[in-house]
Amino acid sequence: MLELRSLTAGYDRRDPVVRDVSLSVEPGESVGLLGPSGCGKSTLARVAALLHRPDRGQVVIDGEPARGWRHRAPRAQRTAFGVVFQQPRLSADPRLTLTQLIAEPLRATGRAAEVTDRVRELARTVGIGEDLLGRRPHEVSDGQLQRACLARALILRPRWLICDEMTAMLDASTTAALVTAVENYRADSGAGLLAVGHDKVLLERWCDRTVHWDELTRS
Amino acid sequence: MADKPAATGVLAPADTEVTWRSAPGRSGRSAGARKASRSTRAWRVWSSAAIVTAVVLAVLIVPPLADLDEQAVHLADKLLPPSLEHPFGTDDVGRDLLLRCVYGLRVSLLVGVVAAVVATVIGTAVGALAASAGGWVDRIVMRLVDVFSSVPHLLLGIFIVAMFRPGVWPVVISVALTHWLSTARIVRAEVLSLRSRPYVDAAISGGASRRRVTVRHLLPGVLPQAGLAAVLMVPHAIWHESALSFLGLGLPTHQASLGTLVQSARSSLLAGDWWPTLFPGLFIIVPTLAIAGLAGAWRDRINPRRRSELML
Repeated sequence: MLELRSLTAGYDRRDPVVRDVSLSVEPGESVGLLGPSGCGKSTLARVAALLHRPDRGQVVIDGEPARGWRHRAPRAQRTAFGVVFQQPRLSADPRLTLTQLIAEPLRATGRAAEVTDRVRELARTVGIGEDLLGRRPHEVSDGQLQRACLARALILRPRWLICDEMTAMLDASTTAALVTAVENYRADSGAGLLAVGHDKVLLERWCDRTVHWDELTRS
Repeated sequence: MADKPAATGVLAPADTEVTWRSAPGRSGRSAGARKASRSTRAWRVWSSAAIVTAVVLAVLIVPPLADLDEQAVHLADKLLPPSLEHPFGTDDVGRDLLLRCVYGLRVSLLVGVVAAVVATVIGTAVGALAASAGGWVDRIVMRLVDVFSSVPHLLLGIFIVAMFRPGVWPVVISVALTHWLSTARIVRAEVLSLRSRPYVDAAISGGASRRRVTVRHLLPGVLPQAGLAAVLMVPHAIWHESALSFLGLGLPTHQASLGTLVQSARSSLLAGDWWPTLFPGLFIIVPTLAIAGLAGAWRDRINPRRRSELML
């Protein structure tokens, strides 16, 4: 179970963006977090993925409280999360080809031997043609790049997926393809999902339950 | 922030020909004028490139081809004005000045390039270290950089040179050790900005170590800036070598470098012999301006907004 316990976080201690928020996701469950732009839901997603240190509160992963954030988090805890961000352009290193981009987590964790097979398999899962794999981010569309970012998030087979406005920049058919890819992966692996977004219709159809940001902060 | 025309104006107060890209509302500059300034720029780039190529070829080819002893003294020919036989004239002991200038340029260029490369490597390492370590390491390192920058660097350079016997390497060390500061600042700022990109978050989430993030994502991102800083530093380093040698602290006087040539010509200038000062002086100014011109063009490509800021 992924538990966020009374988190307070932000970029200025005197004026936190997230105030005393609690939320939990059961294994295999998908939770949609709805909220208007700028309310702090992305910050919460980054805290949940151990990418931003909260001012107060705890993140508990399968009963084990997180003690470090970013590089200070143990590698096993960090890689338990697959994260997809809103803007594919900013989430892809412009110097890497799509293959390198997708394979980067494997190489970073010393599993370079699996690269060829896994990249081919994931490219099929998320729907990237083989011909695109050798291109760099500026040579593909936003949708194709976001597919690659999703593939990168899935390559270490994370137990938790955090999708922060994953489909906000994309058209309907790409959105459908990405959501299907996420759901196939979850059905296959039993991973939990925290999907953050502002699209009520999408999140309600996608997730087991949705919570609105207001409900979280009021309690 | 920098997208606002007002902010751009603050960054680039003097020559704002660049801001038309970010501030299309800028009036008083027609398409024709823009085109003209673009072709002047192209002319500047090509002439700079031609000069730099000529200089590099000259210092590489002339000394072995000429097979003359640039240090040979011909007292009978001393202080001859420029002529067909000696296009730049001769100095006070009858050495051919053209030959001396080419040899001098060779030494100065070597000092300039090596010092610039060493300074850039130091600056990049320090800047990247400070930014990726963060916290108190960053604060201490950057305050040290501030302390070093507060001392005039020619003074610091003289101090360093004074600790060694005169020669090429002390000058290189002195110039390198006093010129990495600005590179460290640039690289640190760039690394800090790259580090906050989501792709670094994604890398951390993908299990990348600190070292891997730095080597794989951050350093390749700052290389263009660091390379530019290195090229911009070459002319600066050449001027410093000349200054140190002119002050009699750099290279030994018998060794031709642009600085020693100007220095030893001082006395003859007072006697009305202009050529021993003029030609080495031109050899300092023209190639360094050409290198600076090329570096400027490169900077425009990387960062068009900063065009007006002369970093010499």
